[in-house]
Amino acid sequence: MKATYREALNQALREEMRRDDRVFLIGEDVAYYQGAFKVSKGFLEEFGSRRVVDTPITELGFTGLAIGAAMAGLRPVVEVMTFNFAILAMDQIVNNAAKIRYMSGGQLSVPIVIRGPGSAAHQLAAQHSQSLEAWFCHVPGLKVVAPATPHDAKGLIKSAIRDENPVIFIEAQLLYPMQGEIGDGDYTIPLGVAEVKRPGTDVTLIAYSKMLLVALEAAEKLAQEGIQAEVVDPRTLRPLDLTTLAASAKKTGKVVVVEEGWPFAGLGAQIAESLYRQVFDYLDGPIVRVTGRDAPMPYARDLEDAAIPDADQVVAAAHQVLYRT
Amino acid sequence: MERAHLVHLYTQMLLIRRFEERTAEMYALGKIGGFCHLCIGEEAVAVGAVDALRPDDYVFSAYRDHGHCLARGSDPKRVMAELFGRVTGLCKGKGGSMHLVDAERRFMGGYAIVGGHLPLAAGVAFAVKYRGGDQVVLCFFGEGAVPSGACHETLNLAALWGLPVLFLCENNRYGMGTPVERAVALYSDVAQNAAAYGIEAGRVDGMDVLAVRDAVGKAVEQVRTRQRPYFLEAVTYRFLGHSMADPAHGHYRTKAEVDEAKKRDPVLLLRTRMLSERLATEADIKRIEQEVAQIVREAVEFADASPVPPVTALEEDVYTS
Ligand SMILES: Cc1ncc(C[n+]2csc(CCOP(=O)(O)OP(=O)(O)O)c2C)c(N)n1
Ligand SMILES: [Mg+2]
Repeated sequence: MKATYREALNQALREEMRRDDRVFLIGEDVAYYQGAFKVSKGFLEEFGSRRVVDTPITELGFTGLAIGAAMAGLRPVVEVMTFNFAILAMDQIVNNAAKIRYMSGGQLSVPIVIRGPGSAAHQLAAQHSQSLEAWFCHVPGLKVVAPATPHDAKGLIKSAIRDENPVIFIEAQLLYPMQGEIGDGDYTIPLGVAEVKRPGTDVTLIAYSKMLLVALEAAEKLAQEGIQAEVVDPRTLRPLDLTTLAASAKKTGKVVVVEEGWPFAGLGAQIAESLYRQVFDYLDGPIVRVTGRDAPMPYARDLEDAAIPDADQVVAAAHQVLYRT
Repeated sequence: MERAHLVHLYTQMLLIRRFEERTAEMYALGKIGGFCHLCIGEEAVAVGAVDALRPDDYVFSAYRDHGHCLARGSDPKRVMAELFGRVTGLCKGKGGSMHLVDAERRFMGGYAIVGGHLPLAAGVAFAVKYRGGDQVVLCFFGEGAVPSGACHETLNLAALWGLPVLFLCENNRYGMGTPVERAVALYSDVAQNAAAYGIEAGRVDGMDVLAVRDAVGKAVEQVRTRQRPYFLEAVTYRFLGHSMADPAHGHYRTKAEVDEAKKRDPVLLLRTRMLSERLATEADIKRIEQEVAQIVREAVEFADASPVPPVTALEEDVYTS
């Protein structure tokens, strides 16, 4: 069956809300407006305002409230209009959601999903375009998921909702309209499992979320030169499936990590470090990172294009690890 | 109020007082570490308020939480063991003084980011309402939390959605060294902050446990039946420093002010009343004192004899598997 990323999420959330009355959706404009990006289209009609809850513009307040609801046994799905606004709820996410289980010695748990689009769209400028996954990945107690395809989005959001832990689920505005083949009905994809999206033998390209599409495009270009790139999508960023990433790195001996976020202390640095610990002896050279540029996102289209990694940069990085410059 | 009930309230307050005094001693001996905030002077608020709840109601607190937790009926042994950082503590030694949790008693925890637990309390109330239950959530916080964004966002949501929360502001005049009149614009009537959201609000003498019991009893009943939040300001005073690191007065308040406040010691007020109204004899008072001393002694012995958590516990309870 074909579906867009948006439709896949819509289906998955709908199915989860049908199977479990404890699941409810809460956030700004999720009910009457049907979601800023229409992910919750039709939900108010089907589930009513008890379970599809429009909030005032108070991220701290409604995220904290949803965490409390999770402590009391509900399974809230919080839609942040975009992850930029989750910064206002950071204290609730880091100090409460992530730590309550630990601080209580395991007495309480917080089965919550906080989801919405992260990263850049088109010309939204600095405050609306940023990749914050590294912030969340830093925190023990949180799980972080960033699916790139409709199929993964559906299977992973279901696992996230059924998980007993707080899950940060990062979508992307530019992925919502993307079409893909999705599985039928009620399937789940376990958290913490990466997937080889394109097999290859010469170089490993690791990429997630929107950057997976960039990496796949680069792999296509590399194939035309006779280079077989293996593209691996971690899908879950915490816990990271090092087994799958390391197996690919071991096979090719050459690794490029692609991320849209800022370079300094970005997630690619963590992935590289983890790989060095496991497969250093199998690598033919240093891991190369392709990242967003080290500046707030500019508005001007040409500057914005230059700030975000593209396939040519990934090809160049592959050449670099292959010593083909 | 029945005599037995009064005796119970008195015993609870005295337990908290003696528990906190021993906690200070244990802190001085290095048995307890970190930030430790005692509630001596504020016992009547904890005891009077929690007494008005049903066992299936919920309680939230901030970091000055020993009294609330004990008032809720948690085992003093396990509370003291938590302060000692022992594996037998309520939270297996992982929470400490500021993060006591006793889920069995629906004591949902102490939280140490000022104002940060108010949305959680509203969320539990949201869950109660979602399920069609009739439990009430009692949320304690200091007047220092009132100007925070977390407080105002929560008050708005609770009023907007008719959530069954009793916001209980323990106004002990100070947030560390900052008096309420330098922190809260509507300082002379703190509850006005909630009234602005259409939340019914009141004030009570937080040194008089019977007044607190009565005011909270009425407020809880109202919250339960009307499914609306309520904001109660309990006017109280902290007799000791902000934390164990802070002397009883200091630069921000005078000894004379503290001495004046101590004239209305909540434990003594109730004792005097019970004696003068012949609801208790000197012998009763003495017996209660002995009972409480015994409980506190056993709590300390239990904590001290308990093992420290194994290092293998360090990375446990981070995730639910
Ligand atoms: C958000 C935040 N800022 C600062 C602090 C440091 N701090 C701890 S307690 C406190 C005073 C709080 O006063 P109040 O809420 O009145 O409670 P009380 O100590 O009087 O019980 C401050 C500033 C904190 N814990 N959290
Ligand atoms: Mg105070």
